[in-house]
Amino acid sequence: MKRIKLETIVDHSVLIIGSLIMILPVAMLLQMASTPDIETMRNGPGLVFGDQIPANFEKAMFEASGFSGENTGLRMLYNSLILGLGFAIGKIVIGMMAAYAIVYFRLKFATLAFWIIFTTLLLPLEVRILPSYEIVQKLGMLNTYQGLIIPLIASATATFFFRQFFRSVPEELIEAARIDGAGPIKFFVDILVPLSRTMIAAMFIIMFVYGWNQYLWPTMITTDEGMFTLVRGIKQITQTLEGTNLPEYGKSNILQIIAILPPVLIVIFFQSWFVKGLTESDK
Amino acid sequence: MAQVTLNTLRKVYPNGFEAVKPASFTIEKGEFVVLVGPSGCGKSTMLRMIAGLEDITQGDLQIGDRIVNDVDPADRDIAMVFQNYALYPHMTVRKNIGYGLKNRKIAKDVIDQKVTDAANLLNLNDYLDRKPSQLSGGQRQRVAMGRAIVRDPSLFLFDEPLSNLDAKLRNQMRIEIKALQRRLGVTSVYVTHDQVEAMTMADRIIVMNGGEIEQIGTPAQVYHSPASTFVASFMGAPPMNLLDALVAENAAMIGGQTIAQFAGHGPVTLGIRPEDILPDPNGDFEINVTLIEELGAHRILHATWAGQTIMVSVAKDVTAETGTMHVAIKSDALSFFDAQTGRRL
Repeated sequence: MKRIKLETIVDHSVLIIGSLIMILPVAMLLQMASTPDIETMRNGPGLVFGDQIPANFEKAMFEASGFSGENTGLRMLYNSLILGLGFAIGKIVIGMMAAYAIVYFRLKFATLAFWIIFTTLLLPLEVRILPSYEIVQKLGMLNTYQGLIIPLIASATATFFFRQFFRSVPEELIEAARIDGAGPIKFFVDILVPLSRTMIAAMFIIMFVYGWNQYLWPTMITTDEGMFTLVRGIKQITQTLEGTNLPEYGKSNILQIIAILPPVLIVIFFQSWFVKGLTESDK
Repeated sequence: MAQVTLNTLRKVYPNGFEAVKPASFTIEKGEFVVLVGPSGCGKSTMLRMIAGLEDITQGDLQIGDRIVNDVDPADRDIAMVFQNYALYPHMTVRKNIGYGLKNRKIAKDVIDQKVTDAANLLNLNDYLDRKPSQLSGGQRQRVAMGRAIVRDPSLFLFDEPLSNLDAKLRNQMRIEIKALQRRLGVTSVYVTHDQVEAMTMADRIIVMNGGEIEQIGTPAQVYHSPASTFVASFMGAPPMNLLDALVAENAAMIGGQTIAQFAGHGPVTLGIRPEDILPDPNGDFEINVTLIEELGAHRILHATWAGQTIMVSVAKDVTAETGTMHVAIKSDALSFFDAQTGRRL
């Protein structure tokens, strides 16, 4: 019989325990989402799965909670998607253009500009949330998608990654393009963007997940229930649990599962691109 | 096809380094000119100024009948082949070749026709839909050539295009490039640090050193009458022997023996090509062979002569052994250089 080494057992135990820690909360959500609310209320989370998932799913997606009747799960999913996509695409576009300017144009103080952008990493949203809120409010962008997305769109991280990538693009390629008659815009669109596609994919994943999971900012900017994102809206449901009604465990739990699904799917689908973008360059 | 005229062209970098000292010469229509020199001699900077990739500090550059100092590279009617090919990695061979034409807003069917023609010329037909990463080094070089040819430029510029290829392929591509240039008759400037490439490909060679032009001439001129000790030692493998000699009473002497008649007085540097020293049992001069390098077709003898080291190239059928050997010298093949400045006398 093949001997199993102690090391292997330890390694596997660590991995198994780690994955249980990750999976159990999700399993718990599923269990509660599949059980009638009354049973969850009575017994707490259990081990037996029920048959309520389709019903709860329908409730979560199409039945509004709150007063206005606008924040159905579908609506919140849509809002979250807009935030995630706008956030990711905006950051990539802005970051790429900033890096393009810094790397390829003989700007005075380009390096200084870059380091100033870079130091904004030390100033996350939470630090500047009051002035940012005031600006958005004065611009009349409360409860709008622009208000949700634009103040978060400048990205030192994306600028940094694209700068590093652009700097590794061989000089000769730029010169060949110049001789081939490609001006700055053509060079960017025809050559730099296609070359960066793995990097773009990697940035997209990071930024989409980051944007999707935003909580504090949407909470501040959106008061209109029709503008709630999933991550923010779930909290709203949890709040309405109090009172005489039975708490809607099933609905809120399935909403949570819906909320974690898109980031997971994106990472699964793009993971090979992601690894490629961050580790190798296609040049 | 165009004539290219450089008039006191000079390049000084912002840090004050003078990469190219004022240079003037004319490249005739259809001529193949090779800029050769050690790395850092300014040859690439010169080429890049002609291409428009590098600003001209001073002087005028004329391609055809217009001054192009301030003309964009794309509008100079030139094509350039780069050392690392500089192919667009995400485009197919077809798109790589056609990209310049596409930017000139040429009709798609015309582009297709031209790309096909260029591919025919370069035997690239089977590879048109591949990406550069799926090609070998030689094929990539051909694609780079195709990108240059397809634009019908009036001037080809080559920046060490063969230095990334292995020796065998390099020889083959050298011939291909030369033949292609002959066939198309396009004026060409070719930069290399390899003196064999320079000798074999050039109509005229421009030897550069330290930002300065040392000599302009045909390969034969540069080889047989080098303008300076630098050219003498740079061109030719093995290089020309440079020996300290003394001129007195109209004769140049080494180790007290008269080598040749020469007017003047004082120390000079005497240049002799290794193949101009002939083994001859009745020869007047005695050398001491210390090492023999076998090269198949011929042999290189390393020897000392009156305390100075020399190299002698002998045919394969000449028997040679280490030790004392008598040689004769082709006195009409000697070059004399100023001992101080190194310029030809």
